[in-house]
Amino acid sequence: MAGILRFAKVTKEYPRSGVAIKDLSFEVNKGEFVFLAGHSGAGKSTLLKLITMAERPTSGEVRVSGYSSATLKPRELPQLRRRLGIVFQDFRLLPDRTAEQNIAFALEVIGTPRANIGPRVSRLLTQVGLASKATSFPHELSGGEQQRVAIARALANDPFILLADEPTGNLDDRATHAIYLLLRDINASGTAVIMATHDVALIQRAGMRFLELDQGELVFDGTDAARLMADLRGRRRNDATPRVPHPDAAAVQP
Amino acid sequence: MRLALREVMLAFRRAPVLAILSITTIAFSLFAFGLFGLVAINIRSALREIEDRVEVRAFLVDGASSEAVEEVIKAALRMPQVASAGYVSPDSALQRARAELSEFRDVYDGTVLPQSVEVRLKPDLRDPDKVREVSNSLAVFPAVEDVRYGREWVEKLYRLRTIAGFVGMGLGLVLALVATIIIGATIRMAILARTREIEIMRLVGATNGFVRFPYLIDGVMKGVLGGVVATALAWGANTIVSRNLVATQFFDSRQIALGILAGALLGLVGSWISVGRHLRQVWRD
Repeated sequence: MAGILRFAKVTKEYPRSGVAIKDLSFEVNKGEFVFLAGHSGAGKSTLLKLITMAERPTSGEVRVSGYSSATLKPRELPQLRRRLGIVFQDFRLLPDRTAEQNIAFALEVIGTPRANIGPRVSRLLTQVGLASKATSFPHELSGGEQQRVAIARALANDPFILLADEPTGNLDDRATHAIYLLLRDINASGTAVIMATHDVALIQRAGMRFLELDQGELVFDGTDAARLMADLRGRRRNDATPRVPHPDAAAVQP
Repeated sequence: MRLALREVMLAFRRAPVLAILSITTIAFSLFAFGLFGLVAINIRSALREIEDRVEVRAFLVDGASSEAVEEVIKAALRMPQVASAGYVSPDSALQRARAELSEFRDVYDGTVLPQSVEVRLKPDLRDPDKVREVSNSLAVFPAVEDVRYGREWVEKLYRLRTIAGFVGMGLGLVLALVATIIIGATIRMAILARTREIEIMRLVGATNGFVRFPYLIDGVMKGVLGGVVATALAWGANTIVSRNLVATQFFDSRQIALGILAGALLGLVGSWISVGRHLRQVWRD
């Protein structure tokens, strides 16, 4: 199993708001499914930004599928992004384009030959179970369906890693479970999935590896969901004392 | 390329008012520039016409011998600036004066005009310094009593042309700057209206060049359209002036092409700066 993502003593400090990620080290292997847990402001979004290299670490090194944060040139960023698929809580679909046009857009902008786009879009829509909604606009779709379109778009360039930043944050329980199952399917076909969530019940049910962040530090890396429950409950009690919010509470920017 | 064009058309359809506004502003800046250009080319052609008439006339002393006159003519012809030099007898001077100033015909009755040597200069060598040189070197001959060349005139015309040139250049630069800023601002508005699309493009791995391309095309197209409109406006203005005031000259096809090219360039530079700034900002976010 080769590591396709490695954080080595990564610290990210923002000039105004201070440390968002502190001395973080971990590795994700090819085809792994990893949850990223922690409260809002724990550093989950910053961590994802470090993976997409929208942010560079203040110290330490992030390696993603052969690219290093220490040596990546701005010119190489698009190449890196083509190996990643990214999904957000707010879907980020283009409202004036249909489901298939949204997916096709991702293929067009990386220069996919026209003839290949149509068949590829159909396959992706089928894969996420939305073949019948190809010509629907985002506002005509439910939240879960919109997220499926976003996932199909993220898969368009056959990524090595699928990053999902609270993908179920806006969805009800049923849709959440369906999206989780879809991500598992995608993972089963070989794509590593990193899913940030604060849905403890989901993590517990899944019984997969999770990384737990607290105030920018990695406090747990393993599969013991019971511990996570205890941790989060304990911390919630401590929340009575105000904490300085981290700047990465905002969604991931490209 | 096809995608880029489609994006441009889409942008136009989405915000036609904005597009028309930016084309109009570009057109007006180029139109103002064009009007000044027209004034400049017409001053220049007027100058050239007047320059053609610039001549140096050496008036000869009474009773100068024909050998002495011959000597002056030969000396004049040896000078590199001189195109031709010839003797003008008192009779022919009188005849010419009568013909050219016919309204004063009766004034000349019984007048004796001095004999002179008339020197014409080569077209490119008629600036004030050259004219003065010729004049000075003819003045030293004993047979020459006085040399006239309409010095004031020549010098004033040249000064006018220099001023016109500088004012034109300065005004042109200012207007070009204004046009660039306007294009930049309209492209920026177009970019801001599509922040989300650009964000997604970058997220899925579109290159900066790819993101930039449609906006550059957009800017160039607006610049070209602005240039065409400006040319039409300038032509209209020129026609009105020609019909009602004085016959003026319009740009030739090469100058029109240059003007439209300038519009395209303004559009390109404006949008390049605008997109570049946006891409850098996003990179820093």
